[in-house]
Amino acid sequence: MRVTVCIGSSCHLKGSRQVVQRLQSLIAENKLQDKVELAGTFCMGNCQHGVNVNIDEKNYSVSPETVDQFFKDNILSAVK
Amino acid sequence: MAMDMTRRFDTQVQLLKYKVLKEVARLAFNDELGENLLDIPKTIIPGTTPTTRCCVYKERAIIGERVKMAMGGDHKNPNVVEVLPIACDECPVGGYEVTDACRGCIAHRCEHACKRGAIYFDHHQKAHIDKSKCIECGMCAQNCPYSAIHNFKRPCENACKVHAISMNEDKSARIDNSKCTSCGACVYQCPFGAITDKSFILNVIDILKRSDNGRNYKSYAIVAPSISSQFSYATLGQVVSGLKKLGFHNVVEAALGADMVALDETRELMERGFLTSSCCPAFVTFVNKFYPELSKFVSSNPSPMVAIAKYIKSNDPGAKVVFIGPCTAKKMEFQLPKAHPYVDSVLTFEELQALFDSRDFDLCTLGDDVLDNASYYGRIFARSGGLSDAITEAVKELGAEGFEFKPEVCDGIDACKMALLKKSKNIPMGNFIEGMACDGGCIGGAGCLTHGAKNKAEVDKYGRLAYEKKITEAVSMLK
Repeated sequence: MRVTVCIGSSCHLKGSRQVVQRLQSLIAENKLQDKVELAGTFCMGNCQHGVNVNIDEKNYSVSPETVDQFFKDNILSAVK
Repeated sequence: MAMDMTRRFDTQVQLLKYKVLKEVARLAFNDELGENLLDIPKTIIPGTTPTTRCCVYKERAIIGERVKMAMGGDHKNPNVVEVLPIACDECPVGGYEVTDACRGCIAHRCEHACKRGAIYFDHHQKAHIDKSKCIECGMCAQNCPYSAIHNFKRPCENACKVHAISMNEDKSARIDNSKCTSCGACVYQCPFGAITDKSFILNVIDILKRSDNGRNYKSYAIVAPSISSQFSYATLGQVVSGLKKLGFHNVVEAALGADMVALDETRELMERGFLTSSCCPAFVTFVNKFYPELSKFVSSNPSPMVAIAKYIKSNDPGAKVVFIGPCTAKKMEFQLPKAHPYVDSVLTFEELQALFDSRDFDLCTLGDDVLDNASYYGRIFARSGGLSDAITEAVKELGAEGFEFKPEVCDGIDACKMALLKKSKNIPMGNFIEGMACDGGCIGGAGCLTHGAKNKAEVDKYGRLAYEKKITEAVSMLK
């Protein structure tokens, strides 16, 4: 599974670094390094809804506050 | 646009170059360049009254040469900096001469200062220089109490600290490509605009048009942090909006590449013990051409431009990347094998201004977009000393306080030369040479719209506005 986080300026200011860092540690805690590939991209053209996260062509709006729930619902459940 | 363009540049030469670039870009955007190419000189120089040269026909002939440079210049000449021989005014090259300010004093300090016996006096006691004996050392001029002895040196030769400029038999300037670092100092200094940098503006227009607003591929503009001292009539956010309006999918700070470089260069320095920087392409070229024995000390890190372009392409392999900065040497660097796969074209700020105006964008009326990818430290790479400040910080952030970082901050090519000379003679010195070819660092680059005393403060201010305060945090999301 490829999870792409927008790290463009707008999402960056809305906390994409915190989202990336949290996802990195959640992936490590759940030992999913070989199942989930984390990538970054500059701008998904959907700045109003940042932080934008893309999983297999589907877009999600995530924030540092909702990242744990997002991981549970969309990453953990899909790979386990 | 009717607003006063002259205020946006330091010189009328830049303004003239801009007018040509704007016209070429306007026609290219409208797919009308082919049929209108030969009319450009008359569009720019209308009427019959000359304003810069002997007649409008010469003025137009020179504009014709500028059009050629705007379209990429002489493809047989690998140098991105070229002389336009018909524009060269063949300035006087007399060297040291005694001027009318000589009072015919009785002290004759000039005569005593001259070790070659080249000074003689006429019957009014006025000094003269015997050119067959003079070696142009300048001691007479330094010692004259009236400053009556002047060095008539060409501004281009004076600007070129690596002595790559000499004179053809017809007295027009000539660039020795084996010495030139493409820094652009002569481009900025020639009062007649007879030396100029080749433009890739048509390649950029082609990239933007073929992208079809991102439908075919995405184009990214990487902007150098020195942009903070440019386009001062608008906000940086408006410049970003303008870039997106031109058709760039996104704008990314080269300063984020600088953050990456700062960390990697610190690690490399700690491992190797001595290093020179590798971010300034004119400095790297200078080392390779004049001190090849020291090339092994040049950091193996890519430049910030290449570092960030590489990252963008690793995540979006079909992307096109255009670097926009103050630098003419970047136009040389992006064509090198280590940069070419990642950077598709390079523009200067001068050229970006022409591109905006060719589309009649009034930046002041656009909304404020955001640009925030890098840390304070990545951003201050734009001025001399910034890279060394960033490494000092990186040493701390990497928890390597035991490492003693001793930078030699070299502001301008003369300072670089001194440090490299010391290193080549094994004279004790610091363990890092920060080499910046332009005075003041990138803010002194030849492709800037304006150069001013406040530019350094502008860069530092922009640095402090960065959302990320630490280098490691700025790059943490790139892993």
